[in-house]
Amino acid sequence: MEQSIVNETKIEKISELELVVTRTINAPARLVFDAFTRAELFRRWWVPKSYGLNLVSCEMDVRAGGEYRLGFLHEGATMEFFGTYVEVTPDSRLVWTNDEGDAGQTVTTVTFEEIDGKTRLKVLDRYPSSEAVDTGSTGAMPEVLNQLEELLGSLG
Amino acid sequence: MVQYSQANFDATFGALSDATRRGILEQLGLADASITALAERFHMTLTGMKKHVGVLEQAGLVTTEKVGRVRTCKLGLRHLEEEAAWIEGHRKLWTERFNELDIVVEELKLKER
Repeated sequence: MEQSIVNETKIEKISELELVVTRTINAPARLVFDAFTRAELFRRWWVPKSYGLNLVSCEMDVRAGGEYRLGFLHEGATMEFFGTYVEVTPDSRLVWTNDEGDAGQTVTTVTFEEIDGKTRLKVLDRYPSSEAVDTGSTGAMPEVLNQLEELLGSLG
Repeated sequence: MVQYSQANFDATFGALSDATRRGILEQLGLADASITALAERFHMTLTGMKKHVGVLEQAGLVTTEKVGRVRTCKLGLRHLEEEAAWIEGHRKLWTERFNELDIVVEELKLKER
């Protein structure tokens, strides 16, 4: 193997509404870009196995104005994530919206910067409001906050 | 960067372990209320209610503001623990994604050779 060390994932909330994730991938930008834009590759890594979600469909029309739609099955219920590609610049930049939330569009900007055959990947999520930040689709809240949500959930 | 703090989580657990305090949170979820109103609602002395609200405030679950002679309590859900947890959730999500992405691009590299 060329490398056995896992590259570090850096994550930072740079403003009230913006989250930035950076990571180096040990491959040229065009291959990383492929993994983001070819549905048969994308569906293999985008949904963490620990979430217990079954990705049942993955349609991606990767061009400016094109749409994507991911369908999930979770404990018998179906869920969809969908949105539109705003900008598609091969091997360097990808911008899409995420439209399924009630609180407005989240815009994700991915930049691919190749340095010495490796790719410096930057993912910027811009949320429309702090309410949208709260309900962001991470699902990985610690137990105590789930409890709290349950307690207060009925209060709207 | 916000640090994930065990002490704060312990405070939150402690605050939620009491039925009256959970009741107070539910009440504040419906509307903000003064300490006096909460004391009446829960048939409690002012001092007793101040103590409960103090615990909730310490845990970041409630914020209070004094206007004139009245101290108003409201839910304080957007506290630091929540933000730390939110970032932690994203870290977990992306770490898992990138681990799988590494495998996918390694395959692509092999195919190109």
